[in-house]
Amino acid sequence: MSNATLPAETSSGAIRRRALADFWFYFSENRGAVIGFWVFVALVLVAIFAPLIAPHSPIEQFRDALKVPPAWEAGGRPEFLLGTDPVGRDILSRLIYGAQYSLFIGVVVVSIALVGGIVIGLIAGFFGGWIDTVIMRVMDVILAFPSLLLALVLVAVLGPGLTNAMIAIALVLQPHFARLTRAAVMAEKNREYVIAARLAGAGRLRLMFKTILPNCLAPLIVQGTLSFSNAILDAAALGFLGMGAQAPTPEWGSMLAEAREFILSAWWIVTFPGLAILITVLAINLAGDGLRDALDPKLKRS
Amino acid sequence: MALLEIRNLSVSFETSFGGFKAVDGIDLTVDKGEVLAIVGESGSGKSVGMLAVMGLLPKTAKVTADVMTFDGADLRTLTSGQRRSIVGCDMSMIFQEPIASLNPCFTVGFQIEEVLRQHLGLNRSQAQKRAIELLELVGIRDAEARLGAFPHQMSGGQCQRVMIAMAIACNPKLLIADEPTTALDVTIQKQILDLLMRLQAEHGMGLIMITHDMGVVAETADRVIVQYKGRKMEEADVLSLFEAPKSPYTRALLSALPENAVGDRLPTVSDFVMDETAPGAAQ
Amino acid sequence: MTQPVLEARNIVRDYHVGGGLFGKPKIIHAVKGVSFSVEKGKTLAIVGESGCGKSTLARILTLIDAPTSGELFIDGMEIDILRDGLTRDMRQKVQIVFQNPYGSLNPRQKIGDVLGEPLLLNTNKSAAERRDLAMQMLIKVGLGPEHFNRYPHMFSGGQRQRIAIARALMLSPSLLVLDEPVSALDLSVQAQVLNLLADLQDEFGLTYVFISHDLSVVRYIADEVMVMYYGEVVEYGAREKVFSDPQHEYTKTLFAATPNADVESIRQRVTARQKERAAAGV
Repeated sequence: MSNATLPAETSSGAIRRRALADFWFYFSENRGAVIGFWVFVALVLVAIFAPLIAPHSPIEQFRDALKVPPAWEAGGRPEFLLGTDPVGRDILSRLIYGAQYSLFIGVVVVSIALVGGIVIGLIAGFFGGWIDTVIMRVMDVILAFPSLLLALVLVAVLGPGLTNAMIAIALVLQPHFARLTRAAVMAEKNREYVIAARLAGAGRLRLMFKTILPNCLAPLIVQGTLSFSNAILDAAALGFLGMGAQAPTPEWGSMLAEAREFILSAWWIVTFPGLAILITVLAINLAGDGLRDALDPKLKRS
Repeated sequence: MALLEIRNLSVSFETSFGGFKAVDGIDLTVDKGEVLAIVGESGSGKSVGMLAVMGLLPKTAKVTADVMTFDGADLRTLTSGQRRSIVGCDMSMIFQEPIASLNPCFTVGFQIEEVLRQHLGLNRSQAQKRAIELLELVGIRDAEARLGAFPHQMSGGQCQRVMIAMAIACNPKLLIADEPTTALDVTIQKQILDLLMRLQAEHGMGLIMITHDMGVVAETADRVIVQYKGRKMEEADVLSLFEAPKSPYTRALLSALPENAVGDRLPTVSDFVMDETAPGAAQ
Repeated sequence: MTQPVLEARNIVRDYHVGGGLFGKPKIIHAVKGVSFSVEKGKTLAIVGESGCGKSTLARILTLIDAPTSGELFIDGMEIDILRDGLTRDMRQKVQIVFQNPYGSLNPRQKIGDVLGEPLLLNTNKSAAERRDLAMQMLIKVGLGPEHFNRYPHMFSGGQRQRIAIARALMLSPSLLVLDEPVSALDLSVQAQVLNLLADLQDEFGLTYVFISHDLSVVRYIADEVMVMYYGEVVEYGAREKVFSDPQHEYTKTLFAATPNADVESIRQRVTARQKERAAAGV
């Protein structure tokens, strides 16, 4: 038994490091994923250090500088790098602070949806029978609505505002997680190690959360990253429709909405928030793809 | 001239902890009408080597060889078109999991006929006629009705017969059988081995039998290559291998057979080998 | 000490295969009235091909499923999990080792936790005690303390099977059901695991029910052999008797089909083949 496949590392720290190195190897094979990952990291840093980086306050209005074009355009001013909006706020600063909102929305929405979806999916998959049928039909009903429309209805009921928008989006995204969890649980639940745990005397809760759930996490993590970008997009859409974050919050979607009427006269007011959304969503999706390559054992080439 | 000749074949894979050599300098020849068994345990590179010969490995695998010829054609320099006309026709392969190697979406008949049309250019009715012949040849009763069956409607043994029928559809010169009976019951295994041996003798095919089972080797092979961790440990004709194994690894394998147990303990491989094969053991 | 550790009387197990909305539900008789008994420290081998009901029987013996009818006694106590449920006590008496060492260990559980779990759930031992016991068991099955913190994927098939055996022994059961424990392993590893099983049996006085399709393994390890065919027992007796004088037609077929690796039969085959070739060449 001396020829174990690994050198004799015994500490759990070393094992974790090795697993991480393994993960990074497969993740880094996908160049797009790596780029996406670093863009996302940059975004997080920008969001965290927004007060330090941003040249101005996001809500301060410079009365003498309405609709100033970006610095490199004729008539641009160097202190407003990406120009100002119709009420004289610095677009760059608003975008930098907006990153905070977008990431916050993503994290909160995905957390709510993930937790809810996992619990519901676990119950449905583990117990099966009529419980499963009832739960999954409800999920099907939610999925049958166009997601934005449903979120809109929910916000209309709950009242506009960023918090309600997030709850609504989480509710809309949650069935995806529930379905995914259920499928994974149903595949795992008849595996021999689960039977073995049952024979060892594990109760239902232990089987569900301790034995089965950790083995279902990989696809959920991937779905989580992809939903992260979805949440940002949906929140921006709600903001654009005036149902999400309210003025003067520098949320990217509402920035777009406010800039609607200047599409022709002042292109920069619309373009930069749009670009910000695009880059963020693209980066997260690319990273999510790489995550799937690295975490999904079926795609892993040996 | 040998049907298949390989000199110094190596296959390596890139993994997260560096290169990994699955096959390390294997020489091998098969003559027409000969049964060569390649024996080894899991990780010995026995399947990978043959997949490399067939050109069926993923792109991440690096294959090198000094000589690799089949029936006069150099397998290293073939274009993919030329390779396709050889692989699956003159040189074909059957696998361990018969049910998984058939496409579950199509009937058995369709899958056999597809091979016939692709490689032999038969038309529909000719293909169907030949498919029935083939199924009868591999011992499937009521062949005409079975053409319409889907793989999941057949047992493992029957599926393996269908796989064999597809593999011999264009009278291959060489058939590579990768653990053809491992997933099957003993009584079915016996039938399949008998069938393979019969077809081999009738058609004068070369047959490479990849297996881990010494019993299968004993019942089928003319010549045997024993592999361990990607290297050739021993090559001998079957009788001398079982009678007087030269390499310690072969001796260990043979004595680990439960029927050769002396007293109530089985000798294990580690009682015999380890250090002399150490370069491979270090990975 | 004549009381058998395990006694089964007329065990029957039927499966109802739902015919959906329209079809009539079908009843499949997986096990049709099987009776046997095993004494302490002995090994009963159950032989049969896929679909013969041996795995169903294994699930009944390990109390995973209940039999449709029949009686099951373990250590002289009648067990009916439908009536009484499954108690800690019963659970500690029987454990199982599965065929596939890759599927039977939780991929996200460290080896130490795999071994500690049965103790955690069934005893009141402290974490330190559990750790010590698990370490001892690891060494007993031929692994080392350095393996305690590793995950299953870092082990070879044979090592995993050792871990599975160790887990089964954590609660000191009197009966161990081994469901094809070596058929997924390489020959050399198979020998090691069989040796280990023999050692453990001697040391703990374990009783084995050894389910297998491999006659050479059965011949090596079993004291008594039971051959099953389509849910029925067609042959049951001491090893020597069954192997030297099989009664049932199916047993004979099974023996005839098992590949023969002794030198004499190879010599015969090779000469026959040479003759054939010479004849074809002329």
